[in-house]
Amino acid sequence: MAKQYETVIGLEVHVELATKTKIFCSCSTEFGGAPNTHTCPVCTGMPGSLPVLNKQVVEYAMAIGLATNCEITRVCKFDRKNYFYPDNPQNYQISQLYLPIARNGYVEIQTGEVKKKIRIHEMHMEEDAGKLIHDEWDDTSLVDYNRSGVPLVEIVSEPDMRSADEVIAYLEKLRTIIQYLGASDCKLQEGSMRADVNLSVREAGTTEFGTRTEMKNLNSFKAIARAIEGERARQIELLSEGKKVIQETRRWDDNKESSYAMRSKEDAQDYRYFPEPDLVPVIIGDEWIQKIKKLQPEMRDEKLERYKKEFDIPQYDAEILTASKAMADLFEAASAICRNPKKVSNWLMVETMRLLKEHDMEPEEIIFTPEHLAQLVQLTENGIINSSVAKEVFEKIFTENADPAEYVEKHGLKTVNDEGELLKVLQKVIAGNPQAVVDYKGGKEKALGALVGQTMKAMKGKADPGMVNKKLRELLK
Amino acid sequence: MDITSMTAVELGKRIQAGELSAVEAVKASLAQIDKVETSVHGFVTVDREGALRRAEEVQKKIDNETLTGPLAGVPAAIKDNLCTKDMPTTCSSRILENFKPTFTAEAVKNLEKAGVVVIGKTNMDEFAMGSTTETSYFGVTRNPWNTDHVPGGSSGGSCAAVAAEECAFALGSDTGGSIRQPSSFCGVVGIKPTYGTVSRYGLIAYGSSLDQVGPVARDVTDCAVILEAIASHDPKDSTSMPPGAGGYDFTGALVDDVKGMRIGIPQDYFIEGLDQEVKEHILSAAKVLEEKGAIVEEFDLSLVQYAIPAYYVIASAEASSNLSRFDGVKYGYRTPDYEGLHNMYKKSRSEGFGAEVKRRIMLGSFVLSSGYYDAYYLKALKTKALIKQAFDRAFEKYDVILAPAAPTTAPKLGASLNDPLKMYLGDIYTISVNLAGLPGISIPVGTDSKGLPVGMQIIGSCFDEAKLFRAAYAYEQTRAYERPELVKASKETASEETVSAKAEKAASEMKTNKLSDEAVRTMEGGDR
Amino acid sequence: MANKISDETIEYVGILAKLELSEQEKEEAKTDMEKMLDYIDTLNELDTEGIEPMSHVFPVSNVFREDVVTNGDGSEDTLANAPLKKDNSFKVPKTIG
Repeated sequence: MAKQYETVIGLEVHVELATKTKIFCSCSTEFGGAPNTHTCPVCTGMPGSLPVLNKQVVEYAMAIGLATNCEITRVCKFDRKNYFYPDNPQNYQISQLYLPIARNGYVEIQTGEVKKKIRIHEMHMEEDAGKLIHDEWDDTSLVDYNRSGVPLVEIVSEPDMRSADEVIAYLEKLRTIIQYLGASDCKLQEGSMRADVNLSVREAGTTEFGTRTEMKNLNSFKAIARAIEGERARQIELLSEGKKVIQETRRWDDNKESSYAMRSKEDAQDYRYFPEPDLVPVIIGDEWIQKIKKLQPEMRDEKLERYKKEFDIPQYDAEILTASKAMADLFEAASAICRNPKKVSNWLMVETMRLLKEHDMEPEEIIFTPEHLAQLVQLTENGIINSSVAKEVFEKIFTENADPAEYVEKHGLKTVNDEGELLKVLQKVIAGNPQAVVDYKGGKEKALGALVGQTMKAMKGKADPGMVNKKLRELLK
Repeated sequence: MDITSMTAVELGKRIQAGELSAVEAVKASLAQIDKVETSVHGFVTVDREGALRRAEEVQKKIDNETLTGPLAGVPAAIKDNLCTKDMPTTCSSRILENFKPTFTAEAVKNLEKAGVVVIGKTNMDEFAMGSTTETSYFGVTRNPWNTDHVPGGSSGGSCAAVAAEECAFALGSDTGGSIRQPSSFCGVVGIKPTYGTVSRYGLIAYGSSLDQVGPVARDVTDCAVILEAIASHDPKDSTSMPPGAGGYDFTGALVDDVKGMRIGIPQDYFIEGLDQEVKEHILSAAKVLEEKGAIVEEFDLSLVQYAIPAYYVIASAEASSNLSRFDGVKYGYRTPDYEGLHNMYKKSRSEGFGAEVKRRIMLGSFVLSSGYYDAYYLKALKTKALIKQAFDRAFEKYDVILAPAAPTTAPKLGASLNDPLKMYLGDIYTISVNLAGLPGISIPVGTDSKGLPVGMQIIGSCFDEAKLFRAAYAYEQTRAYERPELVKASKETASEETVSAKAEKAASEMKTNKLSDEAVRTMEGGDR
Repeated sequence: MANKISDETIEYVGILAKLELSEQEKEEAKTDMEKMLDYIDTLNELDTEGIEPMSHVFPVSNVFREDVVTNGDGSEDTLANAPLKKDNSFKVPKTIG
């Protein structure tokens, strides 16, 4: 019988912080921009330049540390990590090894019905590298330092995960926490959240860890899941053939769905860390920690409970509404304007979720304003438009943030509330559909539906279907 | 009027009084460069046109009274590891041969604000690694007192240029004695301030935790005035310190009174290797201060022999990292022929750096490499802590410490490089001061039987430059400034004499005084 | 105790430091390093038990910058000294890809 293997996974998650400026200089962190426009002597490693720490980086890092139940290091320092690579202008990266800002934390994840704690070993602050663009024409690479010096925190977990599902749950949990804190937008595609996967396998039942590999270049949840499956299979195959797993860094190619070793004689992986002499220690007192704790916004779990209580929203709905900060913010803002949280929730739960899925979008990418959603709710509630018109309007809101009142006005979509006109149309419909009238009177409820439909059609959808129904029943009595 | 023999403060006074102009002062410096530079070779770059242009601008501001400070219009030279916008900054290395910084170092900016006219950049040991200025890619600088001898280093160009009166003063940098030792060898005054007093922004780093910028001049008063100008609490340098209670008032300390001042002389500095004549000069200088009312005592500082090994671990480790940015990608030298990225790195760096720099990068990379960090780097940092404690204890008892600046006077060219260890031992009196972050000044106390200057070092407690200046000033009042024969001769002879025979060679503005390839090779050969 | 530096070590340190030494330079580097390490080993005579390693001489801490953008387009200065450039970027031999 084939041996059973268990997968052991630990994660190194890099998160770009949402500061306005870089970690050690006053250059903008804005994404995009022509190459090297967001650079200065500091973030391009010019001789004679010196780093000065951005205070907001420390505060975001502290907030993330506290929200993930870490101990905050009271005297924390920066170290230099030395390695040569063109995206790293000084050929050393300012990072933290010996005294990282936070240690010994955990987050709780849930997969199916099972809850589990994933421990965080440590979390440190560091600078991001520049970007390399490979020029296929003349076999060279082009270096852009716009991203060089953008602040990162690296969150290093313990090897506590056992499956791709747990890994995704852990990443989603981290992402929710960090987004709620406003410390990062955590977009995997844009690289503002990146995960390296450390994976090993061992025979089920054993307690010793196997040899692990580190997998890099994973830029979507799907790629992470595929890479985990691929690496697990590769290692098991090696072991069952009696071969050994080599401790190495591998690069995942998501198109080929396979990985390759990034080995080279020139990459000795000996980083010669030593304390950064150009920066002074960061000393964090109780007062500062209290201040950061006070600034901490309502986190997801609290929000979820509050929604259930305050708005009488069911558990499942509250979970969806709070799953992303963007959605929760939209919900709260729109509800505050129209004072109808139930309807707002309904629009977000049904139509918004449907359209997100259809457009393959994340809630963070929603473009419409809470004002427009609130207006739509009001228009419907006040009977100015009916629900089918509302759906049409909402699509416009979703895709182009259309102003609903304006849109309804412009396209003449208001429900007609003129009873005289309605009666005229109803009489025409009754006269034109004698068979349906007979059927209804004979007890066939369905026939009424047909008459309502005919009426709505005749009125180009602008009637209130409830009203049409009521009037028809009266006329056919 | 012998303009170039004036101290910076004298010169500044005359310019303020309208007795002469900034342009005349700069012209006088350039003329003196024409006369002596071929013998001394203190400069890597002389920016004639730029200097004259700046002098005119400064003079306008002096005329309309927007520049009224003591240094306005005074010509100065800057060590070539301090960035100067649009003026080559080479660190005397091939790897930065054509490098023009896009910003100016904070210390130099402060001088420019004070109206100082920068006339050029001075030669140095490559990346400040050395004690003789012989490791420069652009050729050796010679000691104006005897051109067969070295000027010391690494700020040898700055000290030689000041001694040769090619400029009123210069800036240097000091990581392990690089201002004090060449000041001593060239018979000028040089101070390394307390770490953090002068911004390091724009100083191309060697050992970041030890580097400090400081002035080199011909008297103590100049040094105090210049330090007042360059000291600043710079938000661009995280290790820059706010001024103490007295602010940056160093000239206030220039009082000829050492009555009751407690002066300690470490007995353990008087060890084997200390030249007898140097020793006698230091002891008789101490006697002078004692006669002026100071209380002079010998004491045991301890740990003296451990400073150099600790220094070489820390400085080399930091240097190996600081110098990794020179890789042929963003600036500086890139080898013309290479195959692939790593080959480009290796060839550019191997061809761009000289032997001493490579030696220290190798050592620094090794002591930080996996498995050795604790044994070497951590051990050195602990030693540094102990050395700091030893000084702290000494300053509980003494206001200042007296010591030689170097164990000998200037050695002959080529005599030191053969044995690096021996060269390193020359820094025994200066290095511990950098490790402990203390201020130290070197002032001339006479010449030895070979006619070479001897320097005395006065070491102060952290941010206590005032006491150090007072002791140095009081001593200085007892003797006249001595000038090298070469300088005296240059003032007496007509311009067609030998010292100026090759002056036209230096005639083009912004010239990089590079030796021929052959000369460079010979020099590198001599490095072994 | 005399330190011995092997050929492999010199080779390895050369990789770390990105320096390519000639055979003669390697031999010299070995001797240099052995001598220096022997000298550095004199530090072992010192009892440093319980001594806190000192990286900064003065007890300065918490030097920060506020998070305000003050730098504009720096590309011209950034690329001013580039040995090779293309499309506003530094040009280097091909990295992985």
